[in-house]
Amino acid sequence: MAKVLMGGNEALAEAALRAGCRHFFGYPITPQSEIPEYLAKKMPQLDGVYLQAESEIAAINMVYGAAGAGVRVFTASSGPGISLMSEGISYIAGAELPCVIVNIMRGGPGLGNIAPSQADYNQATKGIGHGDFHLIVLAPNSVQEMADLTMLAFQLAEEYRNPAMILSDGLLGQMMEPVEFNENPPKEKDKPWATRGAKGRDPNIINRLLIEAEALQKHNLKLQEKYQLIKETQCRCESYLAEDADILLAAFGSCSRMAKSAVEMARSRGIKAGLVRPITLWPFPEKEVAEAAKGAKACLVTEMNEGQMLLDIRLALKGRIPIHFLGKSGGIIPTPGEILEEIERIEVNLRG
Amino acid sequence: MAEKIAARTEALTENPFHYCPGCAHGIIHRLVAETIEELGVREKTVGVASVGCSVFAYNYFNMDMQQAAHGRAPAVATGIKRVLPDNFVFTYQGDGDLAAIGTAEIVHAAARGENITVIFVNNTTYGMTGGQSAPTTILGQKTTTTPYGRDPHVNGYPMGVSEMLSTLGGVAHVSRVSIYSPAQVNRAKRAIKKAFEVQREKKGFSFVEVLASCPTNWRMTPQDALKWIEEKMLPIYPLGEFKTAAEEGK
Ligand SMILES: Cc1ncc(C[n+]2csc(CCOP(=O)(O)OP(=O)(O)O)c2C)c(N)n1
Ligand code: SF4
Repeated sequence: MAKVLMGGNEALAEAALRAGCRHFFGYPITPQSEIPEYLAKKMPQLDGVYLQAESEIAAINMVYGAAGAGVRVFTASSGPGISLMSEGISYIAGAELPCVIVNIMRGGPGLGNIAPSQADYNQATKGIGHGDFHLIVLAPNSVQEMADLTMLAFQLAEEYRNPAMILSDGLLGQMMEPVEFNENPPKEKDKPWATRGAKGRDPNIINRLLIEAEALQKHNLKLQEKYQLIKETQCRCESYLAEDADILLAAFGSCSRMAKSAVEMARSRGIKAGLVRPITLWPFPEKEVAEAAKGAKACLVTEMNEGQMLLDIRLALKGRIPIHFLGKSGGIIPTPGEILEEIERIEVNLRG
Repeated sequence: MAEKIAARTEALTENPFHYCPGCAHGIIHRLVAETIEELGVREKTVGVASVGCSVFAYNYFNMDMQQAAHGRAPAVATGIKRVLPDNFVFTYQGDGDLAAIGTAEIVHAAARGENITVIFVNNTTYGMTGGQSAPTTILGQKTTTTPYGRDPHVNGYPMGVSEMLSTLGGVAHVSRVSIYSPAQVNRAKRAIKKAFEVQREKKGFSFVEVLASCPTNWRMTPQDALKWIEEKMLPIYPLGEFKTAAEEGK
């Protein structure tokens, strides 16, 4: 298939449609509005459901209902809306319903601003709602990946009966790039557990209440086993010029693009820099990051927040090498030049 | 051989109700289940249980069920119905669930004319959490969080949900019934059946408010609780059909 030039949010929406998703429930918020607007146009032509809910709280609960009824379904929002969804996401994870949740991040906390940001890393990977559960979190860094990872998100959500999140930001959402859609989108799984009417079988119950302690613990242990399996099999990570790097950069999402440019600039000045880019933020590719850092003498984490993935990098590298941090927030994006300056400072120290 | 004159409806499971003696939830469950059986739609129905004493409704209704977060049942039901427009979808909600935390969801599901049926159990209190005040608590009524009686200057006024919803365009049927006497139980049954028929005919949102007793938290005998509905609740919550699809000539 030929490449088409598209904005990130539109590519994501189109990928969901091509993955066979015909149900979307959402509520307007910048910078994700191109997604619902695209779907509001397309869904009626495809006999699908596009519904603008009265709030993100309602939207995520509509997703819960639709996912329980056994269809591919997704929603999209940004920080403030995702916060409102957190109760519903906990129910969805607890009830083991597959769905996709998109967060096109903006600056926080509070209303923050509408500029690109990576401020919701911790929320997505650590604290999206109450209870012992995890989202699968995928972080694209190009329009192409907005499309590819969306398809993957549907696949993983169904494979593990777990909500999956695309954690992106306003920069990737608005950016135009050529994209080629996967012509073999993931096949939809059978869902014998779905509530579609108990015709000729015992009733199916989608439920998140387990009043007996033993029963709830048993359910939690079953979830933990699933998370363990996901950790073992689904970590995704990319590295660039990491093998011989003295200084290893770590960045995800749109920030990794700036980091990559900085690595190239450093190399042209004779500094051996490299980059590791986690693609799954949960499960965090701990081993892959450690492997990429094997020969490095220092690490530089750069993010569009005040240091969130930084903690996971520290855990992965176990204090073996010094870890530096360059963060910008409020919609400010670290430029390749600024990152290069930091690399040069670290390099001088290393030689020191 | 003795003639069988009454049997458990197949739309209820064999599980014994956990409700307190004299609680209205059991009666209302039976009315909903009988309706579903009579319409022959048990195998096409998906019920949504809410958070409150009836949270375990999925143990009693013998059909596919989803349990929703507190107040969100109308949104969950919307999601199901939009996916399965030919199935029957109903929610079963208390007054804390529907008229406090879930106000936005019920109003908007109604305004959108979602083709679902909502059974609203108004017992003027939060039964499950121990008898706190609800938006439907009547003035002067003592609850654990209005120990001196509901004072409108502090706690506001009781909410007439049926009156409010019947003003909305998407709403096809609204009635308020009760269960304080056998005659009223029969009327309640007819109203619930009508609401499901409205859904069957795809006329829009249907809503039945049932004035119900919570003898435990009202600290009354079951008989006194029924009398209290008649004497104290009816003046504030008049029974009747507030709106029907037929009246609109649909
Ligand atoms: C978000 C959230 N807040 C509070 C609660 C606690 N809670 C459980 S049941 C309930 C009140 C239910 O009252 P009502 O809807 O009137 O039903 P009833 O128990 O009287 O049948 C509350 C506040 C909860 N489960 N979730
Ligand atoms: S507390 Fe009230 S509403 Fe709950 S089961 Fe007992 S009587 Fe019924």
